[in-house]
Amino acid sequence: MTMPAIRFDRRRLTALMAKEAAQIVRDPSTFLIALVFPLVLLFLFGYAVSLDTSRTRIALVLEDSSAPALALSQSFINSPYFDVTVARSVRDVRSKMVDGSVRAMIVIPQDFGRMAKLGRLPNIQVATDGSQPNTASFAAAYADGVFQSWAAAEGLGARAPAVTTSPRFWYNPALRSRFFLIPGSIAIVMTMIGTLLTALVVAREWERGTMEALMATPVSMAEFIVSKVIPYFILALASMALCTAIAVGPFGLPFRGSVLALLAISAAFLMPALGLGLFISSATKNQFVASQIALLAAFLPTFLLSGFLFEISSMPRWIQLITYAVPARYLIPSLQTVFLVGDIWPLILPNIAIMLAFGLGFFLLSFRVTRRSLD
Amino acid sequence: MAETVANASKVVKRFGAADTAPALDGVDIAIIAGQITGLVGPDGAGKTTLIRILAGLMAPTGGDIAILGQPPGEMLDQIGYMPQRFGLYEDLTVRQNLDLYADLRALPPDERDTTYARLLDFTDLARFQDRLAGKLSGGMKQKLGLACSLVRTPRLLLLDEPGVGVDPISRRELWAMVADLKGEGIGILWSTAYLDEAEKCDRVYLFNEGRLLFDGPPSDLTDRIKNRVIRITEFEGSRRHFLTHVLDRDNIIDGTIQGRAVRLLVRDGQAIPTGRDLGGDKPVVVTPADPRFEDGFIEILGGGPKGTSRLAESYRTIPAGDGAVIEAHGLTKRFGEFTAAKDMKFSIGRGQIFGLLGPNGAGKSTTFKMLCGLLTPTSGSGSVAGNDLRTAAAEARASLGYMAQKFSLYGDLSVRQNLDFFAGAYGLDRAEARRSIAAMIEIFELGKVVGQNAGALPLGYKQRLALACAVMHEPPVLFLDEPTSGVDPVTRRVFWTHINGLVDKGVTVLVTTHFMDEAEYCDAVSLIYRAEQIATGTPDELKAEAARLANLDDPTMEDAFIALVEDSDRRRDTAGREAA
Repeated sequence: MTMPAIRFDRRRLTALMAKEAAQIVRDPSTFLIALVFPLVLLFLFGYAVSLDTSRTRIALVLEDSSAPALALSQSFINSPYFDVTVARSVRDVRSKMVDGSVRAMIVIPQDFGRMAKLGRLPNIQVATDGSQPNTASFAAAYADGVFQSWAAAEGLGARAPAVTTSPRFWYNPALRSRFFLIPGSIAIVMTMIGTLLTALVVAREWERGTMEALMATPVSMAEFIVSKVIPYFILALASMALCTAIAVGPFGLPFRGSVLALLAISAAFLMPALGLGLFISSATKNQFVASQIALLAAFLPTFLLSGFLFEISSMPRWIQLITYAVPARYLIPSLQTVFLVGDIWPLILPNIAIMLAFGLGFFLLSFRVTRRSLD
Repeated sequence: MAETVANASKVVKRFGAADTAPALDGVDIAIIAGQITGLVGPDGAGKTTLIRILAGLMAPTGGDIAILGQPPGEMLDQIGYMPQRFGLYEDLTVRQNLDLYADLRALPPDERDTTYARLLDFTDLARFQDRLAGKLSGGMKQKLGLACSLVRTPRLLLLDEPGVGVDPISRRELWAMVADLKGEGIGILWSTAYLDEAEKCDRVYLFNEGRLLFDGPPSDLTDRIKNRVIRITEFEGSRRHFLTHVLDRDNIIDGTIQGRAVRLLVRDGQAIPTGRDLGGDKPVVVTPADPRFEDGFIEILGGGPKGTSRLAESYRTIPAGDGAVIEAHGLTKRFGEFTAAKDMKFSIGRGQIFGLLGPNGAGKSTTFKMLCGLLTPTSGSGSVAGNDLRTAAAEARASLGYMAQKFSLYGDLSVRQNLDFFAGAYGLDRAEARRSIAAMIEIFELGKVVGQNAGALPLGYKQRLALACAVMHEPPVLFLDEPTSGVDPVTRRVFWTHINGLVDKGVTVLVTTHFMDEAEYCDAVSLIYRAEQIATGTPDELKAEAARLANLDDPTMEDAFIALVEDSDRRRDTAGREAA
């Protein structure tokens, strides 16, 4: 049509935003996605999901009951990494290995005490459940560690190595996965609100026939799009603030950066998130299709390809290339930096710039597909 | 001469490739200030497309359009537009909806109070300002939709099927409201599939399949058939038999049942038949009748079908049983606090048509679904073909053919696949299915479209296919839910010819409709209003009752409905006051 695309009238815009706000307040699904979902996600990643290996359930088979064997078994029982079940023979624990109730089995053989008395380094057997390779290798390594330190304390075995490494972990000394999962789940929350909710709301206007009525008024498409963006932008920031408060409060996350940096990063990320949501719903005009595409195009990449759960550097090269197209990839390291390290602007600023560029692209696409026409 | 507020000439609109049939094919239309211009035609005629083009929401493929002298889309603040679904935000209140449209249409703030007061008074919605729009009745939504399109008095008002699906009382009120607006010099375009509404317009544009069939004052059309419409009474035997018999005569091009009488349209140039011509030894009474717009439409379309139904000819004769075929004893359905149907009682004998008549949401479909065994009644009982719904719902379902509102076909299966599926669903064996499908394709002339997807068919074909799917297994009982909603009058005549023929073979029919004139085909009708049966009887009995209540002379079925509903409201009010 001949209507200029960019035309703003403050009164119309205010009226549209007031309408949007009233709908947000009345719609129970908005409330669920903006408030309940973030809480569930935070508690899930805060408590239930953990990538730490602490307390792996193992079985300790004591075929020998000499003093050295008992001393070693005490070391295993005292280790913070193992939850130990003691048995007398391998037969007793085999079924536990099969049904997965223990992940590894450590056998202290009959001649263990005799070898130790002779001043020789005795053998132990470690069998792990290879169906869970991560846990298996952690368990094997930790078991070896326990054994080596016991041997060192007893003065057994090889001479001390020439070089010792003493690892030190910065920023997250306890290596608690919660510390990097929670900033990641804030990214998921903002993706849900920014992309999924906005994808639904424009499609809803088409489905319910209100779009047709709006287009027959002097409303411009620019006013319409802005009236959708601003309320959800505010809602997403509010939800982000809620998540941050919970992260820093009950979960005890450090917050070493500034609020300004956090706001800048979040606001920058919301541009591509909202832009993508608008683009999806303007292009599909159908709530069901829009929600499916939003899940595929925004939620899953944020979940899998952003470095939230899986480290990008350990992905195959071609998947690593794909991650560069996922806006959340630039958000998550920035968020983790602000929480765990501080305002490292040289790292944050380029990420912000990239996210803004993505946002601009999606908004331009949305303007192209949102035409004032029913054709 | 009044001002022309909208003028369109040779408008063409095509969706898709250049060789597809256009949705609008060279249409001319002019809307005059201070008049109601009717845009009339069945579903799929192109009414909505034309309105959207005039409102600037779609670009035409060809043609010239001027709205208030400008191209469409330029004068949006001078146009009021009410889309078919009213364009209301159901999760906002009445007041919030008005506020939104007032701001969007830049109503000056100092005029707001007086404008709202006037609109709320005009629509009688003042009491409901704080109610959510989604919680309003159909009639009230429609009034609010109108109010929203009138927040700034427009010069052109476009109303897309404002009366569809709402009860006749709300439709009449809306018409009266819109007629008031003529006085303010607004040019109004009123689109409708109800042909009786056309008669009340100042000027009518009649559409079918994208082409303009007639334009001018409605009386021009009815004048063409003046003196050719007759009413026959005092004939021997059943009215359905008689209608079948006279329709097979060459000089009769259309006929409908009107209670105990039959209405006929005589072919142009033929003499009006006498009572002896039609009745032979037992002459019938022939009286002239007023022509209606619908008669004129049928005339333009070349007349209705002949009287004999090939479907009925090939159908088995349903053996006579004892007692009623469909019975309802106090069927009641409650959803929580809400009563959807209350104490439904009726009994339908073999070879009868029984109609449930009422506006959308009155409880017709709920009653229907209880009788199909799709909903369990909260209380009461019923039976279909001798099968009690409480103990033998599956057998009850097996004995009926069901044709649903909106034609429950699989849109992405072809016509043949739909027939195959329903043959299987009704348990026909392979030989029966093959024979039956071949017969259906021939009788309903589906041969040309047998490979096409059902969803893409024109409405008339869909309706025929839906009927074919429902009768393939020759059930003794047919349930028809709004079977002719939105189709053109000739398609509707063909449909009823089949139904009349089947009823002659002993099929029992239960039909729901909100088209009042369809009730005339029924042997008995029950008016459903606010979940209750407010009156039951033959169409003539209901009309006589209405004539007595409202002091009307020769009321139509719609008049009868309105009189009986108003009487029910009065009694409810009195009962309410006495209870208080």
